[in-house]
Amino acid sequence: MESTIQLLFNGISTSSILLLIALGLAITFGLMNVINMAHGEFIMIGAYSVYVTQHAFSLLPGAWFDAYFLVALPVAFIVAALIGLLLEWLLIRFLYGRPLDSLLATWGVGMILQQLARTIFGAPNVAVTSPAWLNGGLQFGMVVLPYKRLFILGMVAVVLLLMYLYIYRSAAGRRMRAVMQNREMAGCLGISTRRVDAATFAIGSGIAGVAGCAVALLGPIGPSTGTYYIVDAFMVVVLGGLGKLIGTVAGAFGIGVTNTLFESWTSASIGKVVVFAAIVAFLQWRPKGLVAMRTRSLD
Amino acid sequence: MRTATARFLQSKSTVGYLLLAAALLSAPLFVSDFRLNLLAKFLSFAILAIGLDLIWGYTGILSLGQGVFFGLGAYCMAMHLKLGSTDGKLPDFMSWSGLSELPWFWQPFHSFPLAVLLGLLLPAALAVILGYVTFRSRIRGVYFSILTQALVLITVTLFVGQQAYTGGTNGVTGFRHIFGYSLSDPDVQLVLYLITAVVLIIVFLFAKWLVGTRFARALQAIRDGENRLRFIGYNPDTYKMVVFALSAALAGLAGMLFVLHVGIISPSMMGIVPSIEMVLWVAIGGRGTLIGAVLGAILINAAKTGFSEAYPDGWLYFMGALFVIVVVFLPGGMMSLKDKAAALLRLRTGRKAKVDTAKGGGHIGTSGMDSILRKTNR
Repeated sequence: MESTIQLLFNGISTSSILLLIALGLAITFGLMNVINMAHGEFIMIGAYSVYVTQHAFSLLPGAWFDAYFLVALPVAFIVAALIGLLLEWLLIRFLYGRPLDSLLATWGVGMILQQLARTIFGAPNVAVTSPAWLNGGLQFGMVVLPYKRLFILGMVAVVLLLMYLYIYRSAAGRRMRAVMQNREMAGCLGISTRRVDAATFAIGSGIAGVAGCAVALLGPIGPSTGTYYIVDAFMVVVLGGLGKLIGTVAGAFGIGVTNTLFESWTSASIGKVVVFAAIVAFLQWRPKGLVAMRTRSLD
Repeated sequence: MRTATARFLQSKSTVGYLLLAAALLSAPLFVSDFRLNLLAKFLSFAILAIGLDLIWGYTGILSLGQGVFFGLGAYCMAMHLKLGSTDGKLPDFMSWSGLSELPWFWQPFHSFPLAVLLGLLLPAALAVILGYVTFRSRIRGVYFSILTQALVLITVTLFVGQQAYTGGTNGVTGFRHIFGYSLSDPDVQLVLYLITAVVLIIVFLFAKWLVGTRFARALQAIRDGENRLRFIGYNPDTYKMVVFALSAALAGLAGMLFVLHVGIISPSMMGIVPSIEMVLWVAIGGRGTLIGAVLGAILINAAKTGFSEAYPDGWLYFMGALFVIVVVFLPGGMMSLKDKAAALLRLRTGRKAKVDTAKGGGHIGTSGMDSILRKTNR
């Protein structure tokens, strides 16, 4: 019983990170039809932002140090979003409507960013010291819920809520959905699709930066930190379907939990195979993913 | 078919092809053993690039999983060579992992013909299975690419995880001889090089013939408007499965030759990064032009070897930038440079021909590429 609860908690914890990573992918893919393979590198940028913030805070008197992580979160978001904005302006805007090309081009960008990180921070992984208040965990009998993972869970919930408010309850979000559903018509009605695209890409990158903070809490970070998660995150998007937040959430929890369960029941490598087969089997039944936006367009 | 052959023989570029083939076959006269071995490796990559070009350049399906097929073929050959080098004993990594008996699926690889057959059939079969489940439920475009990428990820995890059967992270290595001849003997390597070159030429001629057939027209139709083809009454799924299986078999063939030259195969050679690099060869060479894929594979790898010896860090910047520039601004790759230069020249001389629209390019592929660009980009 205890082990099942522990397992479920681990699964949900994995899912929440996957969700955070997939959120950014889902909105850029859904809105602009751009596959951002450099998304993993934005996670890395976020993680290194935490590392740098931590070093800046270590210069301050000791009592301040524990608060550094709360500052690192917005820093990571802003740094990643700004780099995202730059990338959108330099490259992505030439790639709208060419998803396959965007996949390849952004992969090249990812390669450059990784090498850049290697040049700046060195090739070996660096470790982030987590603040003291995140060490330890809640204990229920035999089950231990680490504070770090609980914090990440809460963080993902907050990001999700903010995303929901932005997309469904704000004027900017309404414009974003309008562009997503019919770009030309939205343009005709006076929405600057250029600005919406730029803002969306920046937000997607920023969320990847926040995901980087979560990743930095869990282990050492290095230039290739992001690539480890990226394929799984894409599978979340494929499984969840495009266009609705709820699909991404369902996809992330579906993959995260089944992954953890199968990996404990079988071995890690067989577990991955089983999950992949399950996803492909599921797509036979619903090729557009769990939640798909209805459309009448052909090709 | 007959007309296609005739056209090929009369075409101006045939001279170029013949020169290239002559250069490949006479290369052993000019380069050192070490360079020849490298070149042999690149030629095996070129075989894979032809297969990738057939599925991506001509059919418009971007497979990011060629590394898996390449790896499967390579492992088949490696298993045969390993069994031939152990003197009837259990391969070393198996005894380290506690196996006392050869697993049943290693048994067929005692025989060379069977190993080669499996090296072609296993990748093709995997491609057919994956193609059946994805194409039938109309999963395409980016979704297909991502699924193939996931296939790479799980295959690599599986191969690393099942150490007792696959050698884990280290892969399979330590081959000594083939048919009783020592693999380190320069003469044997020369023969292997010539075999690779001849295989490449045969594969190229086969692909060249193939793209002139009705079959290839259907493939191009899939690329340019799959639904329309469906409405006319074709079933694109079968075509896509056949071409996917063909490209997988070619990747397997490339893998087998690769192992003969390099003497090792490990999961890191079939991972996500190598798989995308394979796409890079075709993209830079020119998708939809077979010779572009071949040249791309050879030149990029030669450049990579040269660059990464001199500037190990600079190479990654260079390759990343090249990738971005080619994909975004030169979707036709190197092979379209010729057309672009001609167009530029014509503008210079004042003849303001509507070059881009009137002349889609001399190759079969370029015109299609242009039409895609016009549809989506402008």
